[in-house]
Amino acid sequence: MNELTTASQTVGPFVSISFAPSLAGDLTVQGVSGKRVVLHGRVIDGDGAPVGHAAIETWQANAHGKYAHPEDFQEKPLEREFRGFGRVMADERGAYRLVTIEPGCTPGPGGVLQAPHLVVVIFMRGLLKHLTTRVYFPDDTHNAEDPVLKLVPEERRATLIARRVATDANELEWNIVVQGKDETVFFEY
Amino acid sequence: MHDVHSYRKPSPGSQPDYLYPPYKSTVKRAPVQPLVLVPQTLSEITGPVFGRNEIAPLDHDLTRQHQSAPLGERMIVNGRVLDDGGCPVANTLVEIWQSNAAGRYRHADDNHDAPLDPNFTGCGRTLTDDAGRYRFVTIKPGAYPWRNHHNAWRPPHIHFSVFGCGFLQRLVTQMYFPGDPLLALDPMYTCIADERARQRLISSFDWENTVPEFAIAYRFDIVLRGRDATPMEK
Ligand SMILES: [Fe+3]
Repeated sequence: MNELTTASQTVGPFVSISFAPSLAGDLTVQGVSGKRVVLHGRVIDGDGAPVGHAAIETWQANAHGKYAHPEDFQEKPLEREFRGFGRVMADERGAYRLVTIEPGCTPGPGGVLQAPHLVVVIFMRGLLKHLTTRVYFPDDTHNAEDPVLKLVPEERRATLIARRVATDANELEWNIVVQGKDETVFFEY
Repeated sequence: MHDVHSYRKPSPGSQPDYLYPPYKSTVKRAPVQPLVLVPQTLSEITGPVFGRNEIAPLDHDLTRQHQSAPLGERMIVNGRVLDDGGCPVANTLVEIWQSNAAGRYRHADDNHDAPLDPNFTGCGRTLTDDAGRYRFVTIKPGAYPWRNHHNAWRPPHIHFSVFGCGFLQRLVTQMYFPGDPLLALDPMYTCIADERARQRLISSFDWENTVPEFAIAYRFDIVLRGRDATPMEK
């Protein structure tokens, strides 16, 4: 006999008072290996308007493709300094910024490799349950064989891949569009 | 290669849809494209692990975070974090935030004409113990108006954020109080179709954990998605 799962509820407009003391906007603390990336963009609603004060959480493996979690049994190095959890708030113009490293490849279903990616969840006023998506890295040769990207209709895949910004090799732009034109692909599991 | 020990879907009817027009902000924020069903991988069944050293001794006591006690009715909120199989979710981070006794948040955007309390921030955090138990000491939040519809008032509530063992168990919810007449008028409450699932969001008076001469206790258990009995076959 299974218990009934608790319903999700919106974070409402004041979530930042709770999340602010525990923000994690820069995961590149000293001693962490991997290529540093600055991921930034905007959260956009169905009117094309920026969503102010959305909360974004990210989860990722380290540069070796190892998650800092007891259920990752891979024989790959853990890095004590790298938890893999990011938490940022979009500002009043809907803009967010996360500094992290490119994760390594991780195992997928049936032993197929997953391309480097971050799992991303988004919370905001007007959202009754959080949205879950992923962001991938541009020009990564593993993207073509990624078992999750392959399930996404081809014409929508681009919404999951960050764009290189010409000015800086480390800078990547990725917008989260919750509704409408170029709506980001969101997942259910 | 180890197989992924996957999570079950939330109970049917227990979760709101993204679109619920009586809550107006959902109209432009609900995705219109169908969600894409994908397999659970190591990326989602794992998630951040938090340690006791990250929690300060008074993080769970919202009445002792300032020089004096906040105004309002002191109360204890306690309960367990479980999965849908009834197993405790141990050592998981639980965060709460709430309005003060007058119905005002300590947030720059809250312009409700009610007093701020210099002795109340309204935020707490704790880790569950080995039995999945958590406990906060706080004050009873007030109702507050919002502009969703004519004469709209949020019933007193406490926002809860829970991590669980993996990102697929992540949950943000709200706890309400028994017997509140505002609930039936509140779109955030009525967005949940299943009556039993609604009831799950209402705390119960907890005489056993009420502390004489100190504070009344409320009990609020949180149930996260559980796991399949055996790891998924390849
Ligand atoms: Fe609230």
